[in-house]
Amino acid sequence: MFDFTPTDWQAMELSARVALTATLAALPFGFAAAYLLVFSRLPGKALFDGLMNLPLVLPPVVVGYLLLLLLGRNGWLGGLLEELGIRIIFTWKAAVLASMVVGFPLLVRSIRTGMEGIDLRLIQASRTLGARWYDSLFTIVLPLSGRAILAGASLMFARSLGEFGATIIIAGNIPGVTQTIPLAIYDYTGAPGGEGMALGLCLVSIALAFAVLIFNQLMVKRLEREHPQ
Amino acid sequence: MKMDVSLCKTLGNFRFATEFALEGSRIGIFGPSGSGKSTLMHLLAGLHKPDQGSIRIDGETLFDDTQRISLSPEKRRIGVVFQQAHLFPHMGVRQNLLYGYRRIPKRQRKIDPQALIAVLGLESLLGRNVTSLSGGERQRVALGRTVLSCPRLILMDEPLNGLDEGLKYQIIPYLKRVFDEFDIPLLFISHSLNEMRLMTDEVLEFQAGQLIGHTTAEDLARRRMGNSQVGYINLLPLGEYRQIGDLHAYSWGNQELVLSVSGEGAAGMFELSSKDITLFKRHPEASSARNLLRCRVTKLFGAGNRVGVEMECGGQPLVAQVVGEAVDDLGLVPGRELVAVIKASAFRRLY
Repeated sequence: MFDFTPTDWQAMELSARVALTATLAALPFGFAAAYLLVFSRLPGKALFDGLMNLPLVLPPVVVGYLLLLLLGRNGWLGGLLEELGIRIIFTWKAAVLASMVVGFPLLVRSIRTGMEGIDLRLIQASRTLGARWYDSLFTIVLPLSGRAILAGASLMFARSLGEFGATIIIAGNIPGVTQTIPLAIYDYTGAPGGEGMALGLCLVSIALAFAVLIFNQLMVKRLEREHPQ
Repeated sequence: MKMDVSLCKTLGNFRFATEFALEGSRIGIFGPSGSGKSTLMHLLAGLHKPDQGSIRIDGETLFDDTQRISLSPEKRRIGVVFQQAHLFPHMGVRQNLLYGYRRIPKRQRKIDPQALIAVLGLESLLGRNVTSLSGGERQRVALGRTVLSCPRLILMDEPLNGLDEGLKYQIIPYLKRVFDEFDIPLLFISHSLNEMRLMTDEVLEFQAGQLIGHTTAEDLARRRMGNSQVGYINLLPLGEYRQIGDLHAYSWGNQELVLSVSGEGAAGMFELSSKDITLFKRHPEASSARNLLRCRVTKLFGAGNRVGVEMECGGQPLVAQVVGEAVDDLGLVPGRELVAVIKASAFRRLY
């Protein structure tokens, strides 16, 4: 039906790789952030909460630009990494980073909802039975938020597949290197006669996102059955 | 166990402040809801931090704000059995039971899991999922889980509250057996006088965040007879029984009580209100009531506008209540012989 070029296949493979890496890399941070938001008594919790959710409402281009300022050759982190011989900007790692930042609020929100459903008494019970806080964290909180983590991860994965604004700014649009599906579609729409191919990639994109969302919905439903509110 | 406690905690409008020192192994914390019983439990277990004060158990300081000592819950070795069992839903019964046991050093493992499982009758539940257990079973597993963590003290926060009215007392024999067998001090929190009398030797009475009395459950029950609708509850341990028609005759001390209780008869604990006992000077030749017992008055006590009559019936104690006028009519004085008349239907099985 659609005759995808090797570059298109590369875009699909790269999209999957970027989304998967971004999701896996964000998981521990997402879990920690949700744990702090739900269980800690940090003084600046409201501020922290707002900061967590900011990428959800900011234009991705703004996120991308801020990351560029931070990680560019003249940025303080970018300069530091350059001395260590690490380059992030305009590599696929930049695309991962863009996806991580943009998708992070979705991951945290989902895990947080799951954690809020955990009865505090279960954690107290484990503590009085001799578990230290980190023991409780790994034997009670983690397993009981398992489905919420999975649901959040799938949501973030889907969001990462569609990430465009931040990616094009810090990773660029280099075919075979940083060109993911949305960027490839963008290229096709600008090129004469590319409409058909753009549509083909759109369908791939829709199919992938839809599959992930269905998986996410199934997880959320199971969660609701187990922790009725 | 020796306990020395002085605590202050403000929670919103509620202020909890208490100071007590006690020695014992079956201690009750009694009071209406909102009296601070649960607050005390949370403070002792280290689940809430006191504003100030100190907690010392058997010479060890668990909390002292002046010395900046505040042991975390897992280091206090105080086991807690909550109102609802709060079993870990993602683990099976066996994993729940052994959760604490696996976390204590080997030298502290003084209780053999097999022995405890036998005492609590949990053998058949071990492979089960906790979500499939009944309320009573869940509470037994929760108790087992806490006991196996070999704590120096167990706090039980209204452990019978979440159970069905008809079944709640059935867990009492298990509780008694566990605490007799494994010799762990107990702090039992409840607003039920019956539970207090069945489980504790001495009682701390709380009201509005303050300790208002240090007494026994028996004493509390007598004091409350005056303003209680149900009177004083006699707790009667009844033994062997024989069938008489559709009634059961249970042995009680060296005599028998005739009861019309439904269901299978078996030895157990029964309750009888002081209001359901009628006293006669002489033996009434015949009566519709099935129990006519010869008793001797041992003591009279006042409670409100009622008089409690403590008697001795074939070696067993029994408390009836009368109004002041009846004291004169019957000539009630210690040593006086009487006949107590009780209907067969006045008894209720607790367990």
